[in-house]
Amino acid sequence: MFLINCPYCGERDQSEFSCGGEAHIVRPKQPTELSDNQWAEYLFMRKNIKGVQFERWNHAHGCRKWFNMVRDTSNDKIHAVYKMGEKPPVE
Amino acid sequence: MTKFRVNKTKHVDQTKTVSFNFDGKSYHGFDGDTLASALLSNGVHLVGRSFKYHRPRGIMSCGSEEPNAICQINEDTDLTEPNVRATEIELYEGLKASSQNCWPSVNFDIGGINNFISPFIPAGFYYKTFMWPKSFWKKIYEPLIRWSAGLGKSPTKPDPELYDHKHVHCDVLIIGGGISGIIASKIAAKNNLRTILIEDKNILGGSTIFQKNENYKINNKYSSEWLDEEIVELQKLDNLTIKTRTSLAAYHSYNYLLAKENISDHLPLDKRNGDIRQRLWKIRADKVLVATGAIERPLVFNNNDRPGIMLANSVKKYLDFYGVSCGFNNVIFTNNDSAYETAVSLKEKGISVEIIDIRKKSNSKIVKNAEKLGVKIYWNSTIVNTFGHRKINSIEIMNLSEDGSNVVGDKNRINCDCLAVSGGWTPMVHMHTQSGGKLDFRENDQTFIPTEIDENHINVGSCNGDFELEEIINNTNKKVKNFLKVSETEFDNTSVLNSKELDKRNIWLLPNYISEGKCKSFIDFQNDSTVKDIKLALREGFKSIEHVKRYTTTGMATDQGKLSNMHALGIIADTVGVKMGTLGTTTFRPPFTPLTFGSIVGRSVGKFFDIIRKTSIHEWHSQNNAKFENVGQWKRPWYYPINDEGLHDAVQRESKAARDSAGILDASTLGKIDIQGTDASEFLNRVYTNAWSKLGIGKCRYGLMLNEDGMVYDDGVTTRLGENHYLMTTTTGGAANVLSKLEDYLQTEWPELDVYLTSVTDHYSTASICGPNSKKILTKIFPDKDFSDEAFPHMSYQNAKIDEINCRIMRISFTGELSYEINIESKYGKSLWEKCIEVGKEFKITPYGTETMHLLRAEKGFIIVGQDTDGTMTPIDLQMDWIVSKKKYDFIGKRSLYRSDTIREDRKQLVGLLTDDPNEVLEEGAQIVSDVNKKPIEMIGHVTSSYFSPNLNKSIALAVVKSGKKMNGQKLIVPMENKNINVTVSDSVFLDKENKRIYA
Ligand SMILES: [Zn+2]
Repeated sequence: MFLINCPYCGERDQSEFSCGGEAHIVRPKQPTELSDNQWAEYLFMRKNIKGVQFERWNHAHGCRKWFNMVRDTSNDKIHAVYKMGEKPPVE
Repeated sequence: MTKFRVNKTKHVDQTKTVSFNFDGKSYHGFDGDTLASALLSNGVHLVGRSFKYHRPRGIMSCGSEEPNAICQINEDTDLTEPNVRATEIELYEGLKASSQNCWPSVNFDIGGINNFISPFIPAGFYYKTFMWPKSFWKKIYEPLIRWSAGLGKSPTKPDPELYDHKHVHCDVLIIGGGISGIIASKIAAKNNLRTILIEDKNILGGSTIFQKNENYKINNKYSSEWLDEEIVELQKLDNLTIKTRTSLAAYHSYNYLLAKENISDHLPLDKRNGDIRQRLWKIRADKVLVATGAIERPLVFNNNDRPGIMLANSVKKYLDFYGVSCGFNNVIFTNNDSAYETAVSLKEKGISVEIIDIRKKSNSKIVKNAEKLGVKIYWNSTIVNTFGHRKINSIEIMNLSEDGSNVVGDKNRINCDCLAVSGGWTPMVHMHTQSGGKLDFRENDQTFIPTEIDENHINVGSCNGDFELEEIINNTNKKVKNFLKVSETEFDNTSVLNSKELDKRNIWLLPNYISEGKCKSFIDFQNDSTVKDIKLALREGFKSIEHVKRYTTTGMATDQGKLSNMHALGIIADTVGVKMGTLGTTTFRPPFTPLTFGSIVGRSVGKFFDIIRKTSIHEWHSQNNAKFENVGQWKRPWYYPINDEGLHDAVQRESKAARDSAGILDASTLGKIDIQGTDASEFLNRVYTNAWSKLGIGKCRYGLMLNEDGMVYDDGVTTRLGENHYLMTTTTGGAANVLSKLEDYLQTEWPELDVYLTSVTDHYSTASICGPNSKKILTKIFPDKDFSDEAFPHMSYQNAKIDEINCRIMRISFTGELSYEINIESKYGKSLWEKCIEVGKEFKITPYGTETMHLLRAEKGFIIVGQDTDGTMTPIDLQMDWIVSKKKYDFIGKRSLYRSDTIREDRKQLVGLLTDDPNEVLEEGAQIVSDVNKKPIEMIGHVTSSYFSPNLNKSIALAVVKSGKKMNGQKLIVPMENKNINVTVSDSVFLDKENKRIYA
């Protein structure tokens, strides 16, 4: 059970949050221009790596804000949290 | 006092007799005993039968590692509990316990026959044998396995006791109240840190508390006396919470831990008073110190499982802590010095003991101490066999060859009534690895030692591989100082005297003159797996330790292999010829010891199991005989039976009334989202499939929402309340998810939109009145309002007042009837409803529930998201092409509507079904086929909604069928268990295709 540092509320228990999967996958601005393969790439393909991963999290039972988090999936170490729209920290 | 109670100790009060019952026989023990120590004091060793071979088994240990003494307690009461370790139950007056896994009795066990046919029960036996024929499973194999397995009986009634959860935060959590834990707690608490110390036993002190040996002294005192004084001082510290009878269950990441406190388990049943039985502590600690100690290892040799064969340190604890001698003619079998402490304790009390030591010789202080007391030691020797059916009576020993790989010389038979075994010590690294910690293998004593993972978690004492008293005290002190950043402590200059172990010899599988195939050398006592099983698994090609473990079930019992894992690894390494450290270990998973379900669920039982949501009109429904159904967390009226009407009759009556005159439904549970902002219209354009820009103020529109994959996600009517103000409704079950999804898009994809969302589901109550007389009823409630089609058209809304209370009236319909929904602040919901009922009386207004609502909308062919859709249906599949805007450039899911898969013409599509026999009602979920003769029969769809329609006087159904769009009029078959039902594909709108009734 992690402790997550919500960029709006501070440190809270993981049970207040929900995970929204991989971060920085931008919804295409012109979906109709895309081929099936390009659309499928956006819709279905996720990296799900073992190691440092960029993820979307939502403080669902708190401020309800979405934010991004850098987590090492192999040991659950959280390296950074940052607001939506902010640049990811360079590793 | 029984003859086995040879010693008076301060831990057992021999003035307080406690009577108890084991396997139907009455015994006496004393206050302070465990069930195990009380049984041993009565000379009872045999307490159960082994799992597979039903071999007699006795008490082996004194703690949570116990594999054999597994009991059912308080059978025939509501408080009965299976799989309880006799070594952990504190004895109380009236305790009733019985051994598990034996029938008809522990002394005569029918399953014992397995022991004689054991060559036929090798590793993987169940996988290999009970495979075929398939028909044997249900009637023969399964009952046989269940009957012979006998892993205790579950209680048959609800648990009458209370359980609790508690959340705590602390600076330092210390797990284990042995000598290391005590030193650490004292340092932490004295340095102004909020400290919690948990200990699973009822007193602190670990194994040092009964150590009174002149070879082990601290500051010139016996180590037990020194520790007693420390404990007295410890209990005075303000910053320290000491929780005994509390065992750690799980150690999760970020120092989040679960511990179970036993509050009343040690009390007689009649003294429990309905108070809390167990409390689960949920602890978030800044720093965690693990001091869980070590578990003594057994040795693996032929017939090493007889009653009377015990762990050496446990024999010492029974003697020095409980005052019970496990035998009068003891033999100790060891590969290390620690067992000599047991020998010295026995000998000092005048009890006979001899030692078999596999080492060639040792001259440590404790060995010399034993020799001086006249203990006979057989060096370089091993046990090759043991004898005695219900209890050990003798052993056979031989000398070991130089390299230990074989036995040499003559056999020597020695009589004994207790064999105390020690194969060294295994640090309890379970907690460390649960938290994500890694292990290093230490060659010299063949142990896995924790490697530190971060600055907020350390291991101290013997769980960290420090076994000598001097190491334990000095290293614990040093590590804790470092960990807590303390510069000096009272333990800095502690003088410690201890006997150092000088010689080591480890042989995982002791050699024998008897061939391996004929030996019964047990590794896992609880699951009855032997060396033979492990070797067979290796021969059959299993290589990974995780696979061997599962195939042989070694380490898979309720003790999670606390005594067996190391030997299994050692023997695999030896057999395969690799170094043990390279094999890795199996994964230790929580809980460390089994948890009760009660402690896991805590107070979340009965009506507190989940949140129950009720509308403001709920009380009226209850008083009017409503039967309720659960929709998400909501309780919704299902139907309102009159007298002894059943579901069918009530629904037929309600449905007819709604179409013939007037019906009223509590629609308050529908999700409601208030949407405001200058971009509200644009937002709706993006989330719904249809166009919203041109919807006039005061108008309502039905909308369909998709997922990005093009599948229908939710639907509902949205009303434009003002230029920049909408009220969206969602399905009852989808409300929370829809809000989350909309928030997600607003915050992450379209942050530029000026839109604000507020959930107002609970703010408003909704009465939905439908039927040809609904307009008359509304006119009576709102006499000043003009309800003509011109003044108040279908799909529009108006504000109104009842007795000065504001409300909103929407003219919308989910039944196909002329219909109005009145929204009012929730606190007035019940008054509104009562008014509607009162006014509607002259029109025989009939309250109806969800079942009638479902029927009415099915007559009209309206879908229910989640019933007629299942996350694989596009609007096109639903034949709802009309709601998908062709003009809009984009909306959620648009691009997916023409992926190669979604444009397939043979997708399952929504159709109507009419049974050839109009009285035959299909089962929802039933499969649909077109040809029953062509095998295998292809299933082309299934029934999603099915009712008998009283208004059409025939059975109707909605279904999804492959290529259904093109099948109108086609005959299909719904095969049931005993018959095939013939059906015809029809339009999905069964009633009033022309929409006349809405304008009635
Ligand atoms: Zn927050």
